[in-house]
Amino acid sequence: MHNVFIYIACMAGVTYIIRVLPLTLIRKEIKNRTVRSFLYYVPYVTLAVMTFPSIISATQSPIAALIALLAAMALAYFGRGLFFVAVSACVIVFVIELFTNPPAAFAAMAISLI
Amino acid sequence: MTKRQWFAKGMKAGIPISLGYFAVAIALGIAARNAGITSLQAALTSLLINASAGEYVGFSLIAVGASYVEVTLMEAVANARYLLMSASLSQKLDENVKWWERLLLGFTVTDEIFGVSVSLVGRLSPYFTYGTFVVATMGWTGGTLVGALLGNILPARLLSALAVGLYGMFISVFIPEAKKNKIVAALVAISFAASYAFEKLPFIRDVSSGIRIIILTVIISLAAAILFPVDRADKPKEEKNDA
Repeated sequence: MHNVFIYIACMAGVTYIIRVLPLTLIRKEIKNRTVRSFLYYVPYVTLAVMTFPSIISATQSPIAALIALLAAMALAYFGRGLFFVAVSACVIVFVIELFTNPPAAFAAMAISLI
Repeated sequence: MTKRQWFAKGMKAGIPISLGYFAVAIALGIAARNAGITSLQAALTSLLINASAGEYVGFSLIAVGASYVEVTLMEAVANARYLLMSASLSQKLDENVKWWERLLLGFTVTDEIFGVSVSLVGRLSPYFTYGTFVVATMGWTGGTLVGALLGNILPARLLSALAVGLYGMFISVFIPEAKKNKIVAALVAISFAASYAFEKLPFIRDVSSGIRIIILTVIISLAAAILFPVDRADKPKEEKNDA
Protein backbone atom coordinates (compact mmCIF):
# COMPACT_ATOMS: atom_id res chain seq x y z
CA MET A 1 0.00 0.00 0.00
CA HIS A 2 1.36 3.40 -0.96
CA ASN A 3 1.59 6.31 1.44
CA VAL A 4 -0.13 9.51 0.22
CA PHE A 5 2.43 11.70 1.98
CA ILE A 6 5.30 10.06 0.09
CA TYR A 7 3.38 10.67 -3.16
CA ILE A 8 2.99 14.35 -2.22
CA ALA A 9 6.69 14.60 -1.30
CA CYS A 10 7.74 13.11 -4.68
CA MET A 11 5.47 15.51 -6.59
CA ALA A 12 6.53 18.56 -4.57
CA GLY A 13 10.24 17.69 -4.78
CA VAL A 14 10.43 17.22 -8.53
CA THR A 15 8.25 20.28 -9.23
CA TYR A 16 10.43 22.48 -7.00
CA ILE A 17 13.65 21.30 -8.67
CA ILE A 18 12.22 22.18 -12.10
CA ARG A 19 11.18 25.63 -10.92
CA VAL A 20 14.32 26.56 -9.03
CA LEU A 21 17.19 25.25 -11.21
CA PRO A 22 17.19 27.89 -13.98
CA LEU A 23 16.69 30.72 -11.48
CA THR A 24 19.68 29.66 -9.39
CA LEU A 25 21.97 28.41 -12.18
CA ILE A 26 21.52 31.37 -14.54
CA ARG A 27 23.01 34.16 -12.44
CA LYS A 28 24.28 36.45 -15.19
CA GLU A 29 22.65 38.22 -18.04
CA ILE A 30 22.74 35.91 -21.06
CA LYS A 31 24.87 37.44 -23.85
CA ASN A 32 23.81 35.16 -26.72
CA ARG A 33 21.32 37.12 -28.80
CA THR A 34 19.29 34.13 -29.97
CA VAL A 35 18.89 32.75 -26.44
CA ARG A 36 17.94 36.19 -25.12
CA SER A 37 15.40 36.62 -27.89
CA PHE A 38 14.04 33.13 -27.25
CA LEU A 39 13.51 33.92 -23.57
CA TYR A 40 11.88 37.25 -24.46
CA TYR A 41 9.31 35.51 -26.68
CA VAL A 42 8.64 32.52 -24.37
CA PRO A 43 6.14 34.12 -21.96
CA TYR A 44 3.87 35.56 -24.66
CA VAL A 45 3.91 32.41 -26.77
CA THR A 46 3.32 30.03 -23.86
CA LEU A 47 0.45 32.10 -22.42
CA ALA A 48 -1.17 32.37 -25.87
CA VAL A 49 -0.79 28.62 -26.42
CA MET A 50 -2.42 27.94 -23.04
CA THR A 51 -5.31 30.34 -23.69
CA PHE A 52 -6.64 28.98 -26.96
CA PRO A 53 -8.42 26.65 -27.49
CA SER A 54 -8.52 25.62 -23.79
CA ILE A 55 -10.73 28.60 -22.89
CA ILE A 56 -13.51 27.17 -25.04
CA SER A 57 -13.80 23.99 -22.99
CA ALA A 58 -13.45 25.82 -19.65
CA THR A 59 -17.08 26.98 -19.57
CA GLN A 60 -20.42 25.24 -19.96
CA SER A 61 -21.19 27.19 -23.16
CA PRO A 62 -18.37 27.40 -25.76
CA ILE A 63 -20.04 30.46 -27.36
CA ALA A 64 -19.91 32.34 -24.05
CA ALA A 65 -16.20 31.53 -23.74
CA LEU A 66 -15.51 32.70 -27.29
CA ILE A 67 -17.28 36.02 -26.70
CA ALA A 68 -15.43 36.44 -23.39
CA LEU A 69 -12.12 35.76 -25.19
CA LEU A 70 -12.79 38.42 -27.85
CA ALA A 71 -14.07 40.94 -25.30
CA ALA A 72 -11.07 40.37 -23.00
CA MET A 73 -8.67 40.85 -25.92
CA ALA A 74 -10.42 44.10 -26.91
CA LEU A 75 -10.41 45.41 -23.32
CA ALA A 76 -6.71 44.58 -22.87
CA TYR A 77 -5.93 46.22 -26.21
CA PHE A 78 -7.61 49.44 -25.09
CA GLY A 79 -5.49 49.56 -21.96
CA ARG A 80 -7.66 47.98 -19.25
CA GLY A 81 -5.74 46.33 -16.41
CA LEU A 82 -5.47 42.69 -15.38
CA PHE A 83 -8.20 42.74 -12.73
CA PHE A 84 -10.75 44.52 -14.93
CA VAL A 85 -10.11 42.19 -17.87
CA ALA A 86 -10.34 39.02 -15.74
CA VAL A 87 -13.54 40.07 -13.94
CA SER A 88 -15.17 41.25 -17.19
CA ALA A 89 -14.52 37.85 -18.76
CA CYS A 90 -16.20 36.14 -15.78
CA VAL A 91 -19.22 38.47 -15.84
CA ILE A 92 -19.67 38.03 -19.61
CA VAL A 93 -19.72 34.24 -19.30
CA PHE A 94 -22.10 34.37 -16.34
CA VAL A 95 -24.57 36.69 -18.10
CA ILE A 96 -24.48 34.87 -21.45
CA GLU A 97 -24.98 31.48 -19.80
CA LEU A 98 -27.85 32.95 -17.81
CA PHE A 99 -29.65 33.90 -21.02
CA THR A 100 -28.74 30.94 -23.22
CA ASN A 101 -29.34 28.38 -20.50
CA PRO A 102 -31.52 30.02 -17.84
CA PRO A 103 -32.16 28.25 -14.53
CA ALA A 104 -35.61 26.66 -14.25
CA ALA A 105 -36.98 29.23 -11.79
CA PHE A 106 -35.80 32.13 -13.93
CA ALA A 107 -37.37 30.62 -17.06
CA ALA A 108 -40.66 29.98 -15.26
CA MET A 109 -40.74 33.59 -14.09
CA ALA A 110 -40.07 34.88 -17.61
CA ILE A 111 -42.86 32.71 -19.01
CA SER A 112 -45.35 33.84 -16.34
CA LEU A 113 -44.57 37.49 -17.18
CA ILE A 114 -45.43 36.88 -20.82
CA MET B 1 10.67 51.29 -3.97
CA THR B 2 11.41 49.49 -0.71
CA LYS B 3 11.00 45.73 -0.28
CA ARG B 4 7.86 46.37 1.72
CA GLN B 5 6.33 48.51 -1.04
CA TRP B 6 7.17 45.84 -3.65
CA PHE B 7 5.54 43.20 -1.45
CA ALA B 8 2.37 45.31 -1.09
CA LYS B 9 2.24 45.94 -4.84
CA GLY B 10 2.63 42.20 -5.42
CA MET B 11 -0.18 41.39 -2.99
CA LYS B 12 -2.50 43.70 -4.92
CA ALA B 13 -1.64 41.94 -8.18
CA GLY B 14 -2.34 38.65 -6.41
CA ILE B 15 -6.00 39.42 -5.62
CA PRO B 16 -7.51 38.62 -9.06
CA ILE B 17 -5.21 35.62 -9.37
CA SER B 18 -6.35 34.36 -5.99
CA LEU B 19 -10.03 34.63 -6.97
CA GLY B 20 -9.43 32.76 -10.23
CA TYR B 21 -7.35 30.14 -8.42
CA PHE B 22 -10.09 29.64 -5.85
CA ALA B 23 -12.58 28.73 -8.60
CA VAL B 24 -10.24 26.41 -10.47
CA ALA B 25 -8.98 24.76 -7.30
CA ILE B 26 -12.51 23.75 -6.30
CA ALA B 27 -12.59 21.44 -9.33
CA LEU B 28 -9.18 20.15 -8.26
CA GLY B 29 -10.43 19.47 -4.73
CA ILE B 30 -13.32 17.44 -6.15
CA ALA B 31 -10.82 15.41 -8.22
CA ALA B 32 -8.71 14.81 -5.10
CA ARG B 33 -11.66 13.50 -3.16
CA ASN B 34 -12.60 11.20 -6.00
CA ALA B 35 -9.02 9.86 -5.90
CA GLY B 36 -9.52 8.91 -2.25
CA ILE B 37 -7.35 11.65 -0.76
CA THR B 38 -8.43 13.44 2.42
CA SER B 39 -9.27 17.14 2.21
CA LEU B 40 -6.24 18.10 4.33
CA GLN B 41 -3.89 16.05 2.13
CA ALA B 42 -5.41 17.74 -0.93
CA ALA B 43 -4.85 21.18 0.60
CA LEU B 44 -1.25 20.25 1.49
CA THR B 45 -0.64 19.14 -2.12
CA SER B 46 -1.92 22.48 -3.41
CA LEU B 47 0.17 24.45 -0.91
CA LEU B 48 3.36 22.61 -1.91
CA ILE B 49 2.85 22.18 -5.66
CA ASN B 50 0.69 25.05 -6.97
CA ALA B 51 0.19 23.56 -10.42
CA SER B 52 -3.23 22.62 -11.79
CA ALA B 53 -2.28 20.18 -14.57
CA GLY B 54 0.48 18.65 -12.44
CA GLU B 55 -1.85 18.08 -9.52
CA TYR B 56 -4.60 16.58 -11.67
CA VAL B 57 -2.10 14.14 -13.15
CA GLY B 58 -0.79 13.30 -9.69
CA PHE B 59 -4.26 12.68 -8.24
CA SER B 60 -5.31 10.46 -11.12
CA LEU B 61 -2.14 8.35 -10.76
CA ILE B 62 -2.53 8.11 -6.99
CA ALA B 63 -6.12 6.92 -7.55
CA VAL B 64 -4.87 3.90 -9.52
CA GLY B 65 -2.02 3.16 -7.10
CA ALA B 66 0.84 4.03 -9.48
CA SER B 67 4.44 3.69 -8.27
CA TYR B 68 6.34 6.62 -6.72
CA VAL B 69 8.68 6.64 -9.73
CA GLU B 70 5.78 6.89 -12.19
CA VAL B 71 4.20 9.74 -10.25
CA THR B 72 7.54 11.59 -10.08
CA LEU B 73 8.22 11.21 -13.81
CA MET B 74 4.73 12.27 -14.88
CA GLU B 75 4.93 15.24 -12.55
CA ALA B 76 8.20 16.30 -14.19
CA VAL B 77 6.61 16.04 -17.64
CA ALA B 78 3.46 17.93 -16.68
CA ASN B 79 5.44 20.76 -15.08
CA ALA B 80 8.44 21.00 -17.43
CA ARG B 81 7.20 24.32 -18.84
CA TYR B 82 8.23 25.95 -15.54
CA LEU B 83 11.82 25.30 -16.60
CA LEU B 84 11.35 27.77 -19.45
CA MET B 85 9.47 30.28 -17.30
CA SER B 86 12.14 30.11 -14.60
CA ALA B 87 14.89 30.69 -17.20
CA SER B 88 12.94 33.64 -18.60
CA LEU B 89 12.45 35.05 -15.08
CA SER B 90 16.20 34.76 -14.35
CA GLN B 91 16.79 37.45 -16.97
CA LYS B 92 14.36 39.81 -15.23
CA LEU B 93 16.39 39.76 -11.99
CA ASP B 94 19.24 41.99 -10.96
CA GLU B 95 22.52 40.04 -10.74
CA ASN B 96 22.89 40.77 -7.03
CA VAL B 97 19.60 39.13 -6.00
CA LYS B 98 20.80 36.73 -3.29
CA TRP B 99 20.83 32.94 -3.61
CA TRP B 100 18.24 32.38 -0.89
CA GLU B 101 15.97 34.96 -2.50
CA ARG B 102 16.24 32.91 -5.71
CA LEU B 103 15.46 29.69 -3.83
CA LEU B 104 12.27 31.30 -2.48
CA LEU B 105 11.38 32.79 -5.86
CA GLY B 106 11.62 29.36 -7.49
CA PHE B 107 8.82 28.13 -5.27
CA THR B 108 6.46 30.80 -6.64
CA VAL B 109 6.71 30.07 -10.40
CA THR B 110 3.18 29.36 -11.70
CA ASP B 111 1.64 30.35 -15.05
CA GLU B 112 -0.22 33.36 -13.66
CA ILE B 113 2.30 34.58 -11.09
CA PHE B 114 5.01 34.31 -13.74
CA GLY B 115 2.70 36.23 -16.10
CA VAL B 116 2.28 39.25 -13.83
CA SER B 117 5.98 39.16 -12.81
CA VAL B 118 7.37 39.30 -16.36
CA SER B 119 4.89 41.96 -17.43
CA LEU B 120 6.37 44.49 -14.95
CA VAL B 121 8.43 47.21 -16.59
CA GLY B 122 12.17 46.97 -15.82
CA ARG B 123 13.86 44.72 -13.25
CA LEU B 124 11.78 42.41 -11.07
CA SER B 125 12.05 42.65 -7.29
CA PRO B 126 11.53 39.13 -5.88
CA TYR B 127 9.47 40.75 -3.11
CA PHE B 128 6.80 41.67 -5.66
CA THR B 129 6.45 38.00 -6.60
CA TYR B 130 6.48 36.88 -2.94
CA GLY B 131 3.55 39.24 -2.29
CA THR B 132 1.63 37.91 -5.27
CA PHE B 133 2.33 34.33 -4.23
CA VAL B 134 1.17 34.75 -0.62
CA VAL B 135 -2.23 36.08 -1.71
CA ALA B 136 -2.60 33.72 -4.70
CA THR B 137 -1.77 30.55 -2.78
CA MET B 138 -4.47 31.32 -0.21
CA GLY B 139 -7.02 31.12 -3.05
CA TRP B 140 -5.40 28.00 -4.49
CA THR B 141 -5.05 26.09 -1.23
CA GLY B 142 -8.37 27.37 0.15
CA GLY B 143 -10.20 26.46 -3.06
CA THR B 144 -8.76 22.95 -3.01
CA LEU B 145 -9.89 22.50 0.58
CA VAL B 146 -13.39 23.84 -0.12
CA GLY B 147 -13.68 21.68 -3.25
CA ALA B 148 -12.64 18.55 -1.38
CA LEU B 149 -15.05 19.31 1.48
CA LEU B 150 -18.17 20.53 -0.34
CA GLY B 151 -17.43 20.87 -4.08
CA ASN B 152 -20.51 19.05 -5.25
CA ILE B 153 -23.00 21.49 -3.74
CA LEU B 154 -21.68 24.64 -5.50
CA PRO B 155 -23.64 25.67 -8.63
CA ALA B 156 -21.94 24.69 -11.90
CA ARG B 157 -22.96 28.04 -13.38
CA LEU B 158 -20.80 29.92 -10.91
CA LEU B 159 -17.77 27.66 -11.40
CA SER B 160 -18.12 28.01 -15.17
CA ALA B 161 -17.97 31.82 -15.01
CA LEU B 162 -15.07 31.90 -12.55
CA ALA B 163 -12.99 29.42 -14.57
CA VAL B 164 -12.64 31.89 -17.42
CA GLY B 165 -10.96 34.45 -15.15
CA LEU B 166 -7.56 32.76 -15.41
CA TYR B 167 -7.63 33.13 -19.18
CA GLY B 168 -8.53 36.79 -18.75
CA MET B 169 -5.25 37.16 -16.86
CA PHE B 170 -3.21 35.45 -19.56
CA ILE B 171 -4.84 37.70 -22.17
CA SER B 172 -4.01 40.86 -20.23
CA VAL B 173 -0.33 39.86 -20.24
CA PHE B 174 0.20 39.10 -23.93
CA ILE B 175 -2.19 41.61 -25.56
CA PRO B 176 -0.48 44.83 -24.31
CA GLU B 177 2.87 43.50 -25.59
CA ALA B 178 1.26 42.50 -28.90
CA LYS B 179 -0.04 46.04 -29.24
CA LYS B 180 3.49 47.44 -28.85
CA ASN B 181 5.26 44.84 -31.00
CA LYS B 182 3.83 43.50 -34.26
CA ILE B 183 6.03 40.39 -34.13
CA VAL B 184 4.49 39.42 -30.79
CA ALA B 185 1.03 40.08 -32.26
CA ALA B 186 1.77 37.70 -35.12
CA LEU B 187 3.16 35.12 -32.67
CA VAL B 188 -0.05 35.24 -30.63
CA ALA B 189 -2.10 34.51 -33.76
CA ILE B 190 0.27 31.70 -34.77
CA SER B 191 0.18 30.27 -31.24
CA PHE B 192 -3.63 30.21 -31.22
CA ALA B 193 -3.77 28.46 -34.59
CA ALA B 194 -1.01 25.96 -33.82
CA SER B 195 -2.41 25.14 -30.40
CA TYR B 196 -5.83 24.54 -31.94
CA ALA B 197 -4.28 22.30 -34.61
CA PHE B 198 -2.35 20.31 -31.97
CA GLU B 199 -5.58 19.65 -30.08
CA LYS B 200 -7.30 18.29 -33.20
CA LEU B 201 -4.59 16.46 -35.18
CA PRO B 202 -4.50 12.67 -34.83
CA PHE B 203 -1.63 11.27 -32.70
CA ILE B 204 -0.53 14.72 -31.52
CA ARG B 205 -3.82 15.22 -29.66
CA ASP B 206 -3.06 12.08 -27.62
CA VAL B 207 0.11 13.65 -26.23
CA SER B 208 -0.44 15.19 -22.77
CA SER B 209 -1.36 18.89 -22.79
CA GLY B 210 1.76 19.73 -20.74
CA ILE B 211 4.02 18.30 -23.45
CA ARG B 212 2.06 19.98 -26.23
CA ILE B 213 2.53 23.35 -24.51
CA ILE B 214 6.30 22.81 -24.28
CA ILE B 215 6.69 21.67 -27.90
CA LEU B 216 4.71 24.63 -29.25
CA THR B 217 6.42 27.16 -26.98
CA VAL B 218 9.90 25.98 -27.95
CA ILE B 219 9.25 25.75 -31.70
CA ILE B 220 7.44 29.09 -32.07
CA SER B 221 9.73 31.06 -29.72
CA LEU B 222 12.88 29.60 -31.26
CA ALA B 223 11.74 30.35 -34.80
CA ALA B 224 10.91 33.92 -33.77
CA ALA B 225 14.27 34.30 -31.98
CA ILE B 226 16.18 33.23 -35.11
CA LEU B 227 14.08 35.24 -37.57
CA PHE B 228 13.49 38.34 -35.43
CA PRO B 229 16.21 38.61 -32.77
CA VAL B 230 15.84 41.34 -30.14
CA ASP B 231 18.75 43.46 -28.91
CA ARG B 232 17.58 44.14 -25.40
CA ALA B 233 15.27 41.93 -23.40
CA ASP B 234 12.36 44.35 -23.54
CA LYS B 235 13.02 46.01 -26.87
CA PRO B 236 12.69 44.41 -30.30
CA LYS B 237 15.53 45.23 -32.72
CA GLU B 238 13.29 46.48 -35.48
CA GLU B 239 10.30 48.40 -34.24
CA LYS B 240 8.78 48.38 -37.70
CA ASN B 241 9.45 46.11 -40.63
CA ASP B 242 7.06 47.81 -42.96
CA ALA B 243 6.82 51.61 -43.30
